[in-house]
Amino acid sequence: MQQSLRVFPSDVAFVPPTALVEQARTARRLPEPVPTFTSNAGGLSLTIQSLRKSFGDNEVLRGIDLHIPAGQFVAIVGRSGCGKSTLLRLIAGLETPTSGSISFGEDPRAEDVRVMFQEPRLLPWATVSSNVEVGLGRQRSRSDAKVRAEQALAEVGLKEKRDQWPSVLSGGQKQRVALARALVSHPRVLAFDEPLGALDALTRISMQRLLERVWREQTFTAILVTHDVSEAVALADRVLVIEDGRIAHDVLIDIARPRQHGSADLAALEGSILGHLLSAGDDGMDG
Amino acid sequence: MSLADTLPRRRVWRLPGADGVIPWILPVVILIVWQIACSTGYVPTRVLPAPSDVVLAGWKSVQSGELIRNIWVSFWRATVGFLIGGGIGFAFGLANGLSQLSDKLTDTTLQMIRNVPHLALIPLVILWFGIDESAKLFLVALGVFFPIYLNTLHGIRTVDPQLIEMGRIYGMSNGELFRRIIFPGALPSIFVGVRFALGIMWLTLIVAETIAASSGLGYMAMQAREFMLIDVVVLSILIYALLGKLADSASRVLERLTLSWHPVFQKH
Ligand SMILES: Nc1ncnc2c1ncn2[C@@H]1O[C@H](COP(=O)(O)OP(=O)(O)OP(=O)(O)O)[C@@H](O)[C@H]1O
Ligand SMILES: [Mg+2]
Repeated sequence: MQQSLRVFPSDVAFVPPTALVEQARTARRLPEPVPTFTSNAGGLSLTIQSLRKSFGDNEVLRGIDLHIPAGQFVAIVGRSGCGKSTLLRLIAGLETPTSGSISFGEDPRAEDVRVMFQEPRLLPWATVSSNVEVGLGRQRSRSDAKVRAEQALAEVGLKEKRDQWPSVLSGGQKQRVALARALVSHPRVLAFDEPLGALDALTRISMQRLLERVWREQTFTAILVTHDVSEAVALADRVLVIEDGRIAHDVLIDIARPRQHGSADLAALEGSILGHLLSAGDDGMDG
Repeated sequence: MSLADTLPRRRVWRLPGADGVIPWILPVVILIVWQIACSTGYVPTRVLPAPSDVVLAGWKSVQSGELIRNIWVSFWRATVGFLIGGGIGFAFGLANGLSQLSDKLTDTTLQMIRNVPHLALIPLVILWFGIDESAKLFLVALGVFFPIYLNTLHGIRTVDPQLIEMGRIYGMSNGELFRRIIFPGALPSIFVGVRFALGIMWLTLIVAETIAASSGLGYMAMQAREFMLIDVVVLSILIYALLGKLADSASRVLERLTLSWHPVFQKH
């Protein structure tokens, strides 16, 4: 959408006047699919206070304090088993905290908070577009469900697959359908649990671009759990490192977008975060 | 016990246009050999009648209306018994798959009953019901019950919990969860149960009609045996085989229609 708008003015200079009318109409028509996306109320801010979570004797989170401003893109990294998924599930309301609180800027509706997992979790017996309609929550029985599902599919570039069964899609395409399902209700907080973990390097990069693009268009608050520190610094405004059940480092990624994959600034940040992670790991090994 | 078991049966090589013909080559060859063996006197017709004699016996039986009536009686018993036993088995499978209380309450008892071969109950059933219709329906229903119960239960228990969690996240009510996730997820397993049950259904019916009936295909065969009408005996056996095949094909068609999403049923 943005691309076509950007390209447009340079085209105008070379077209004959009669075609201008046509062009102008196209220009006015172009933004039309957008309003449903821009009309959402933007992201929700999120405040977490002294959050603790234990499973039996295993105290996984030991006091998390965190404020995420509305619309921020936050990445969470940490060693395997440090409680990243648990934190995400707490935020999404899939687990209840042992103590502490999680609050949003406003009371969210059920459709305002969405999660995307490492597995696409598509219903194999529902077509791609019905799978996306599931994401509408209680609004899925409304008459505009089909149209909205199609818009969301177009957003992730899979409109032509709408009548297919999920089993014929590639891993990356399945994950894009899962993204469309998460996006279709225009959530204000979107939590990702290693959504790209199972994808090959190239698909990962194009999925990262897609994530960044929809986040910029829809301005939701994004929380991304990832193993991949380079992914974290490439996408996020801010990277949180979790260690011993607490937020050990809170790193601001103050680099203008669009970011260049593999640029020196990103590499430096990536290096320092990896340093944190590795030193924490060594401590863990010694103790 | 899963659909994947049917995978190796898929043909790897194909002759264009011959797909529908190949499965019938062997039966036709057997038929021809059988006819020749009987016509040349190699096999005495007192042991095995020629196919042509069987067809003739069938034709006579059709004309007298006896055959159609017996087929109809057997078909009716099979259907009603299957619906009763299958319905109850399905209901228990659902209840025990969805409710822990129901499972605790009934599963152990059902598993114990399952270990009694249902045909062993024939003497008891004759004492209870005589050779009444209800005797046959009871036996068929009992035989059909377990495969459907077990496979429905198994299907529901093995629905991917991640999908159920996904459904809850996206605000599905319990009813919707069942309709959109649990039931479709259990369906492949339920069909495995249906196919097993169809086999048991015919087996039970043959035995029951042979031992305790005054109509139906099994009874027709027994009567024919008393009058040494071997062609009619063979005829009823063949009709049983045909009906069994028909029921299996019907369930396959149903499976193909409802499970078209399943990779096993997708044409490439
Ligand atoms: N439902 C549960 N019951 C008991 N223990 C759990 C449960 N969920 C998580 N845990 C424990 O909590 C700890 C943190 O798990 P979590 O899944 O949050 O880790 P993670 O940081 O996401 O790891 P990974 O990077 O490997 O995904 C682990 O020790 C795990 O065993
Ligand atoms: Mg995890």
